[in-house]
Amino acid sequence: MKNNRIIKWQGIANGAMLTLTVLGMLLFSGRHATAGDSGKPSNKYQVNIQDFSFQPVTLSVPVGATVTWTNKDEEPHTVFSSDDVFKSKALDSDESFAFTFSKAGTYKYFCSVHPRMVATIVVGGAKKPEPMKMNMRAGSD
Amino acid sequence: MAKGNIITENLNRDGVDRRGFLKCMAWAGTGAFCVLQGGVLKSFALGDSALRRVPKVKGELAFVQISDSHIGFNKAANPDVVATLRAAIAKINALPTPPAFVLHTGDLSQLSKPEQFDTLEQTLNEIRTDKIFYVPGEHDVLDDNGAAYRARFAKDTLGDGWYSFDTDGAHFIGLVNVMNLKAGGLGNLGPDQLAWLEKDVHHLKSSTPIVLFAHMPLWLIYPEWGWGTSDSEQALGLLKRFGSITVLNGHIHQTMRKVEGNVTFHTAMSTAFPQGAPGMAAAPGPMKVPAEKLRSVLGVTDVNFIRGSHTLGITDSTLDSAL
Repeated sequence: MKNNRIIKWQGIANGAMLTLTVLGMLLFSGRHATAGDSGKPSNKYQVNIQDFSFQPVTLSVPVGATVTWTNKDEEPHTVFSSDDVFKSKALDSDESFAFTFSKAGTYKYFCSVHPRMVATIVVGGAKKPEPMKMNMRAGSD
Repeated sequence: MAKGNIITENLNRDGVDRRGFLKCMAWAGTGAFCVLQGGVLKSFALGDSALRRVPKVKGELAFVQISDSHIGFNKAANPDVVATLRAAIAKINALPTPPAFVLHTGDLSQLSKPEQFDTLEQTLNEIRTDKIFYVPGEHDVLDDNGAAYRARFAKDTLGDGWYSFDTDGAHFIGLVNVMNLKAGGLGNLGPDQLAWLEKDVHHLKSSTPIVLFAHMPLWLIYPEWGWGTSDSEQALGLLKRFGSITVLNGHIHQTMRKVEGNVTFHTAMSTAFPQGAPGMAAAPGPMKVPAEKLRSVLGVTDVNFIRGSHTLGITDSTLDSAL
């Protein structure tokens, strides 16, 4: 199975999908996506779903960032915004879901299958973390 | 196993102390037959000759609980969940008395897919029994709030799929605690189901034995892993006037028991793959054991109800044990 199968796409025009999917492939093939066609820095971030937790549990991203969640467990998980902003289907092992954040704010989310799994995406916070460090645990705001 | 979690004190005036219960626990998972009779707990290993001397009582009801078949799961913890389900069915079909019915306490499928439900349904058709009752696990209600599950396995039910039935003088209640789960929370019954439960038992005599079954444990086993139901105490509160309550759950893929007052709690093994004991790992999830050990950690549960004596004998047997 392809590692980066996009299950559901929300919040972004279809025309951008192919480009971002290709970027996702680059990301998963071990290369950090650092530039798109325009040469601007990448707005792509990754959250791993592993050991019944979202890693990192808090992720700060700039406005316009696309976050891709990938299920690394043998158990299905979902990505559900607590405020119904985004909602994935059930992700089987190695399946992914992506969402582009176009508005600043704090987005709490959880796994609807295992609701003890809670996490947060902070969009447009004061400090913009480097995409290269995106898998490290971010400090809470 | 964290035995300290099993029974904290003897709240029951039945003569069953912690030591007696742990003795019973020691058999669980290797095949055990436990009888609470006249306030005295008796436990027998399967194959124990004493088991054959347990008297047959008129009005006895025997049924079987199976759980967590996870059809569609194919990872290292068990690449062939249909084969182990078939092994469980072979054990059921080898019972000296066919069970009156079978309860499946959820997680029929891994991903709520139609072909997984098909395989489960077709495979369970091999059981020699009159009827199979289901409650959904969280794996059975993915993406569609359980619509496909209910259409197939819970046609004449209420709400999210709850129902009750009477047989042999006992009242059985199938509850759904895997829907509309809240962030940070546990399993959940919800106010609608609780309101229905109150009405459902209203007409019953307090001497009616009650059997509650649901997927997630209706007692708080290990909240860190989500092993509990947030409003289970409210449900049990609605039943407190009843003299005998048995609670059967799945979800945790291992046997655990607790007696609290008139309530006996029991969780069944999975037919698919084991999970670790609470707190053994950072997270719950499929536990890989050596292939030759797999059938020693999967199993079925037989329940014998003896009418008029409030006695329920619960027998857990693993797939590799002789009956």
